Amino acid sequence: MAETATAQPATAHDAHGAHVTSTGLSNVKLGMWLFLGSDCLLFGGLISTYMLYRGRVANGPTPEQVYDIPFTSVSSFVLLMSSLTMVLAVSAAHKRDDRGTNLWLTITALLGTTFVGGQVYEFTAFYNEGLGFTTSLFGSSFYTLTGFHGAHVTVGIIMLLALVAINKRSRVPGSKSETVEMIGLYWHFVDIVWIIIFTLVYLIPV
Amino acid sequence: MSTRGYVNVAVILAAITSLEVSTYYVDFGPLFLPALLTMMAVKFVMVVSYFMHLKFDNKLFSWLFYTGLFLAVGVYAAALATFHFFLR
Repeated sequence: MAETATAQPATAHDAHGAHVTSTGLSNVKLGMWLFLGSDCLLFGGLISTYMLYRGRVANGPTPEQVYDIPFTSVSSFVLLMSSLTMVLAVSAAHKRDDRGTNLWLTITALLGTTFVGGQVYEFTAFYNEGLGFTTSLFGSSFYTLTGFHGAHVTVGIIMLLALVAINKRSRVPGSKSETVEMIGLYWHFVDIVWIIIFTLVYLIPV
Repeated sequence: MSTRGYVNVAVILAAITSLEVSTYYVDFGPLFLPALLTMMAVKFVMVVSYFMHLKFDNKLFSWLFYTGLFLAVGVYAAALATFHFFLR
């Protein structure tokens, strides 16, 4: 008994530095998937609110008058490609390639920043065209939905850059590849939410 | 998955995005909405399955995520139905 307790203490770690759990699955990963599943409910509420109110324009501009589809298509493409660079960062982390991991994480952060920059430009252009946050129900629901998504992307960029800074000092706690993978899951989630927003909000006319 | 595999998935995603954008300029008639929603779903599943590795990971993770997703779809579809959204 004493030998068993010594061999597998409560805070045992596997060869990769991750905690050994009773399920055999990483608790961190389990928690992240649970969070992402619950985040579907948040964005579901915001998207359905937009769908309900997109035709309620009052005296303000309509979606067709303000949307710039070519511009948003490029933004969507940038965010989609950031998912590729993120998965390459995860792949490099699994190969214990620190240089490659940092490079791909930085590129992902840059692509994310480009997307957020595009969103700021888009918001400014819409505002100049007369669509304020309180102009109409369409404006309120549009800015709330895309603003929440933009906030998620911004949090992702901060996490990516913080991870690069910590990784350069070799101070990533626990399993490094798992940490990169968790931030990757979050990043891909903001991408799949945008896949839905791009189609339902921008491409389907009122 | 290899790097080449990830790039292939990204190329397919980019191609589908191009097709999606083309629906804005080309008249697809009655196929417009079903085609657009199908392409959206295919992109969604591809990112979740290959980039988020859900296809190769433990099934419990899939259950956790898809439960949240389908719960959201069900709850909000019901909410929209109460506002006669689908009859417009």
